[in-house]
Amino acid sequence: MAKVSESKKFTGTPGQIRRQRIEQSGAIVITLLMSVWMLVNLVKAPEQFVQVAISGLRNGLIYALIALGYTLVYGIIELINFAHGDLFMLSAVFSSFFITYWIGADQSNPKGWLAFASCLVVVMIFGAVVNVLIERLAYRRLRNAPRLAPLITAVGMSFLLNFIGLKWNGSTPRQWPTVIPSGDIYIGEIRISLITLWLFLIGLPLLLALNYLVTNTKQGKAMRATSQDKDASTLMGINVNKTIAFTFALGGAMAGAAGLLYQQSIGTTSYNLGFQLGLIAFTSAVLGGIGNLWGAVVGGLLIGLIQGLNDGLPYAFGQQWSQSVVFTILIIILVFRPAGLLGKVTTEKV
Amino acid sequence: MSAMLEVKNIQVGYGKIIAVKDVSVTVNKGEIVTLIGSNGAGKSTTLRTISGLIKPRSGEILFNGKRIDGIPGHEIVGLGICHSPEGRRIFPRMTVKENLELGAFLRNNKGEVAADLDRVLTLFPRLKERIEQRAGTMSGGEQQMLAVSRALMGAPQLLLLDEPSMGLAPVLVEMIFETIAKIRQQGITILLIEQNANAALEIADRAYVLESGVVKISGTAKELRADDKVTKAYLGH
Repeated sequence: MAKVSESKKFTGTPGQIRRQRIEQSGAIVITLLMSVWMLVNLVKAPEQFVQVAISGLRNGLIYALIALGYTLVYGIIELINFAHGDLFMLSAVFSSFFITYWIGADQSNPKGWLAFASCLVVVMIFGAVVNVLIERLAYRRLRNAPRLAPLITAVGMSFLLNFIGLKWNGSTPRQWPTVIPSGDIYIGEIRISLITLWLFLIGLPLLLALNYLVTNTKQGKAMRATSQDKDASTLMGINVNKTIAFTFALGGAMAGAAGLLYQQSIGTTSYNLGFQLGLIAFTSAVLGGIGNLWGAVVGGLLIGLIQGLNDGLPYAFGQQWSQSVVFTILIIILVFRPAGLLGKVTTEKV
Repeated sequence: MSAMLEVKNIQVGYGKIIAVKDVSVTVNKGEIVTLIGSNGAGKSTTLRTISGLIKPRSGEILFNGKRIDGIPGHEIVGLGICHSPEGRRIFPRMTVKENLELGAFLRNNKGEVAADLDRVLTLFPRLKERIEQRAGTMSGGEQQMLAVSRALMGAPQLLLLDEPSMGLAPVLVEMIFETIAKIRQQGITILLIEQNANAALEIADRAYVLESGVVKISGTAKELRADDKVTKAYLGH
């Protein structure tokens, strides 16, 4: 959201200044409209507002986890990995089979909790391994090919995973039991489901751990260097292939965790989940500024929140307009900020 | 004197284009050797091949007597060959300090790295002032200093410098060449590519003249400065 106090600090050529003015006034108008809308609803139904906001953020957290995979991969090799949504879907199906059939847990008891905990580890490894394999078998060979080749390969890979999901999960959505403690807790009039709480307890540390890994470790430094200049990174002694594989592993692990959390909170899997949520997660990544880690998180949470508010508030377009609202907001934001909310337009000295 | 680097009859190409047809270069320990020649003569490709960024199609490269062609690029640095590439190739969105730290990516002895950091900052005091600045926002000359310093942070035995004076103001060119001489005094062997052949021949011990991917003339810097063909073609006398 824009800070009005900085309105005098425009710099640059007249064209840039005009652009900044447009950006800023647009941002102010949008922020005002959104605030009025939220305020009216808040006054009308305060408990409902908080409740739908929380459930919106819960979905947003899952979007954010998936969006991270898009943004990590784009950040390092500038490829939009269309197969990423389908990796999420496979992870959700994997989790369902792992918990329900392979371990045989179907209710919330110590066995179920153990199944959930071990599934979290296993599905993250599963996501990482599958994603690394995809990179190794398909994308690596095309690293120096024209941009369109890996992009089309990613679409192809998406179909491949999609049909594996179709075979594995079946063509109709499947219901699965939840094995983590469900039920509700009340804070005043506000009802929060325990599952939501669990999601945040697992999702947020994952986000923080990922951020730590990328900003504070040697491996993270190698990732940031590789994303800026691969040849120069090689000259520093960075193994670029390994670093890219590691990035795919991280993104895959996040998609794996998202798959489990989705499967446990929604309880249904279907083979085209990857398309539905993948598209929204990709939108989140673009909205936040693709290539920027916190951008993906902010974008995901924001889209989840807007969706939740739109679906559940008394004065809103309602659920049937859910996707339209999300994508309209995306278009408006990109018109004013083409690089996304936290993305920076890259102009660098050559 | 023993040969530190021996490049023997390498041929290197990109797709159908052959950039280096037949180049042999020897660098002895403690020397400054320069490759001169016009654009497209294959100088940068030769350095990129030594660093392992491209594999030669034939020929061999020996470093301290061991074959290094075929070793992946990221492992070459560990052997003691550091490369300050053409076009500087610094990491623009990182600070000067982060760039320098990446130069020492493979080194684990923190004390030595810190000492080397001090050493390069003494060599280039300008970088000390800019230590927290993002590298992409610095001037061309400062970026060049950073590129050379970053290569030095890898504790090289052999330093490959690709056009360190490109695009710099005359004062800075002089300063860079003085610094290269200082680096040699610290015991580092240097293989230098330069368009500015005059300046290069002044500090170099020996030189190779490349033309269309082939070594045309080689000899001591003194001989080359006295050579009619070289002076006409490259020194502008």
